[in-house]
Amino acid sequence: MEEFTYTRPATADDATGAHSAAEDAMYMAGGQTLIPVLKQGLAMPTDVVDLNRVDDLAGIQVTGDAVTIGAMTRHAVVAASAEVKGAIPALTVLAGGIGDAQVRNRGTMGGSLANNDPSADYPSAVLGLGATVTTNQREIPADEFFDGMFATNLEDGELIKSVTYPIPEKAGYAKFPNPASRYALVGVFVAKTAGGVRVAVTGAGQDGVFRPAEVEAALSADFSAAALDGVTVPADDLMTDMHAAADYRAHLIVVMAKRAVNQANGQG
Amino acid sequence: MGFEGAMPEISLSINGAQVTGTVEGRTLLVEFIRETMKLTGTHTGCDTSQCGACTVHLDGKAVKSCTMLAVQADGAEVTTIEGLAPEGEMNPMQQAFNDHHGLQCGFCTPGMVMRAMALVAENPDPTEAEVRHGLEGNICRCTGYQNIVAAVLDGAKALRG
Repeated sequence: MEEFTYTRPATADDATGAHSAAEDAMYMAGGQTLIPVLKQGLAMPTDVVDLNRVDDLAGIQVTGDAVTIGAMTRHAVVAASAEVKGAIPALTVLAGGIGDAQVRNRGTMGGSLANNDPSADYPSAVLGLGATVTTNQREIPADEFFDGMFATNLEDGELIKSVTYPIPEKAGYAKFPNPASRYALVGVFVAKTAGGVRVAVTGAGQDGVFRPAEVEAALSADFSAAALDGVTVPADDLMTDMHAAADYRAHLIVVMAKRAVNQANGQG
Repeated sequence: MGFEGAMPEISLSINGAQVTGTVEGRTLLVEFIRETMKLTGTHTGCDTSQCGACTVHLDGKAVKSCTMLAVQADGAEVTTIEGLAPEGEMNPMQQAFNDHHGLQCGFCTPGMVMRAMALVAENPDPTEAEVRHGLEGNICRCTGYQNIVAAVLDGAKALRG
């Protein structure tokens, strides 16, 4: 790993200040992606601003109509939260299936979203629930947050503080994990909300997380797994790699969507 | 708010003993444990955050020490595999791995045992499925896992008393 200057701010303001004062800084959240990236020399920042001691970025708040999760809240904490489970059980399912137990003890929601790995789980919850990302500068609606593979519309130095998930009528998340990495080969988040049905797919799109129009249309008419019988998703813009071809991923999207709908409907 | 120099000094508890040391920002926790503290029971298997051989407990929770900076453990309580058998006598989970031959080459074993101890601390009576899910972050390339799972179930039972 290349050398860097390490700073450990105690407040979000100090963190953004340290970032802007440095030549080429990166924030470190849980580090479960960034540390491997630094080891491989895929990123060589002059400064690492560690967010792990910024207490006001972690925590969970549940109100009557929304769940707000601090950016530095670790996956294991969300997975084990009775409050989150009571409001949006699909979120605890999703968080409890990220990576492995050791990764969930360190990895954070904000880090996952800022990195926007095309196979990460959290982006599908943010897009599927139509959540709002709150940064040190503004509020960003889910539909405007993601900007392609490993890219978001965050400005340089902009810091995610929390995400607010509106509580849906029902929601579910199902993924086919890559057997080695546990990343989603395909993950599908479905939500029936006051504003309609939203579906978000991770692991499959060439441009990262996306909303499959065919699946949303079928589930808007009838929010049941049977409504997806015969529905197909075009493979044109899906990824092909050593793990799966695009047409296989297209098939898995419908299969995972059915499982997610069944989970949302309390049918397994 | 941070460290003024390029070489932070850290102070932490390792296996119950308070230690201090000077590290670089980029020093990994596993490097500090193995190279500075000379506790070589913690293994670096893959160095890409996948295999879990480097698993230690950080304030009671299992983490991959190759995917944490040493400076991030400043002020924490770290337990390594050596901390499970301070008197040289195997603890019940280690004994269960021995009894069930939950290993072949043994390289992954320290991480397996540390993860198993954390799993059982959270869930003293896990099902086989919970053990398998709980061990997803630990890779063994010899055994096929069958005896490891049997060892963890038996170790859990022994620890329940």
